[in-house]
Amino acid sequence: MSGDIMRIGLVCPYAWDSPGGVRSHVADLAFELRARGHYVDILAPVDDPNSITDGEVTNGGKPVSIRYNGSVARLNFGLRATRQVRKWIQENDFDLVHVHEPMAPGLSLLTLWVADGPIVSTWHSSIPRSRVLASMNRIVQTAMEKVSGRIAVSEDARETLVKHLGGDAVLIPNGVRVKAFQTGARHPQFDASIPSILFFGRLEETRKGLSVLFDALPAIIASVPDVQVFIAGPGDIDEIVKGLSDSVLDHTVFLGRLNDEEKIQALHSADVYIAPNTGGESFGIVLIEAMAAGTAVLASDLPAFSRVLDGGTAGAMFKNEDSADLAEQAIALLGDADRREALLTSGLQRVMRFDWEHVVDDVLAVYESVTVSDDRVTEDLRGQIIGRLSTGIPGLR
Amino acid sequence: MNWTWIFVTILVLALVGWYLSTTAGRLDRLHRRIETATFALDAQLLRRSSIAIELSVAGVLDPASSEVLAEIAHDARLATDSSMDVRVSIESALSEVLIKALDDPEEVAFLREDPAIADLMDELSAAIRRVELSRRFLNDAVLACLRIRDNYFVNWFHLAGHTPLPEPWEMQDRTPEGLTYLGA
Repeated sequence: MSGDIMRIGLVCPYAWDSPGGVRSHVADLAFELRARGHYVDILAPVDDPNSITDGEVTNGGKPVSIRYNGSVARLNFGLRATRQVRKWIQENDFDLVHVHEPMAPGLSLLTLWVADGPIVSTWHSSIPRSRVLASMNRIVQTAMEKVSGRIAVSEDARETLVKHLGGDAVLIPNGVRVKAFQTGARHPQFDASIPSILFFGRLEETRKGLSVLFDALPAIIASVPDVQVFIAGPGDIDEIVKGLSDSVLDHTVFLGRLNDEEKIQALHSADVYIAPNTGGESFGIVLIEAMAAGTAVLASDLPAFSRVLDGGTAGAMFKNEDSADLAEQAIALLGDADRREALLTSGLQRVMRFDWEHVVDDVLAVYESVTVSDDRVTEDLRGQIIGRLSTGIPGLR
Repeated sequence: MNWTWIFVTILVLALVGWYLSTTAGRLDRLHRRIETATFALDAQLLRRSSIAIELSVAGVLDPASSEVLAEIAHDARLATDSSMDVRVSIESALSEVLIKALDDPEEVAFLREDPAIADLMDELSAAIRRVELSRRFLNDAVLACLRIRDNYFVNWFHLAGHTPLPEPWEMQDRTPEGLTYLGA
């Protein structure tokens, strides 16, 4: 059965033309599934139809900005969107539909509502509090019951699901294209003979922990006087440098926003990648990318990071929000090439577990488990007065 | 009796009707999901025991382990028509034997030096993983179904028809340490 070619529908609730974790997960998954010969069609909202290439995705309508789970998301819903989902299900004759982030009020939830048959869902984010989930109204509950196989990308996402829905989910981590990170040139602004530290992240976002790193720098510079600190990420540099000493500024290089290629180059060039994030991370994909690129990792001891770093064997850790500990660990790591080498070796082993090749094997095992009966994905008209109406309104057709 | 009362009565009846019909629909769907998931778990358990038999005769495990594994794997193959309790205990016993035999990553790495055995190990770990997935999906459906059936209305109106109350499938299905790739 595993050799059969499947017709798979993927649903991404967030706008396809804005960058985001769920969006790139869906794009990578589609790429890997297609590489194995499966037919894949993606349904996602699209802001600007000119920004996508032909056949890349099925346009699920224009998204609107709404507040969801603590930030602003670009989602699409409503009667017109429901009709588009319905049409997509009718036209494609899928063996299986895989919806992502099914609780987000968008196309994924609508797909659960209008489709019947083998359905898999992947939960990406952790949702600490949600009024919808707390009350779990009947329509949402009914929609969730249609999911035959539930996947969570992280332990935190799994806990969210278990807490709100009961039952369980299988854990399949986010995939990383390890090969893509293993090859790459050095970044032109790095000098191989100078010890270097690298930081990624939006500068103003406090939970990325840039200020923890800045507080540690005087001590690091005192011990490693020729160290260079590279800060990559979008943000207002003038605002950030306020209050920094001249000595810290002398050792700091701002790289601005990096594209994918430059990001890999920077990771290849740095001696130590530092992730001082103070919270809100459910997975820590950037740590995996750093390990894949062969950079030693020093990260705060958040639970998510500790899991990725295998409790400290694949990367060094310091006490969260403790600049003194960060400085101490960074100095030790910069001065010990053997230790960095050892971390790289176990880091690379660790990373293979998150390689898309393996991840997609697991996802296909899930698909296999829910498609044994040869049922196909069909339209579900039962108990859906609004659904029936929306197909019947001529103006919407 | 005036028109208001008639209207209210009709409205209440309509609401009750809607509630009953959608609940029956949900139950029907969950029963089908349980059926599919049971079928899937069945297929994966069968696949697992077949590979276990192959492993037991491959001559790579020590003779004692081979003997125990062969016996329990054959029992598992023969138990497909037995009651759920019997199957659960036999399949769990098979899991325990596999864990005992393959829990040491270094030993398994040594066995894997033979490419034929490496392939067999990959197949076995894929089968074990699929048993785990199918069982989890089955239990999810069972729990969702039990939640709805644990309801006064559902019982009173016999919304579940004659379908017996489903039971979750509780068994040992941990993957032996030696079979998780790269020991991760």
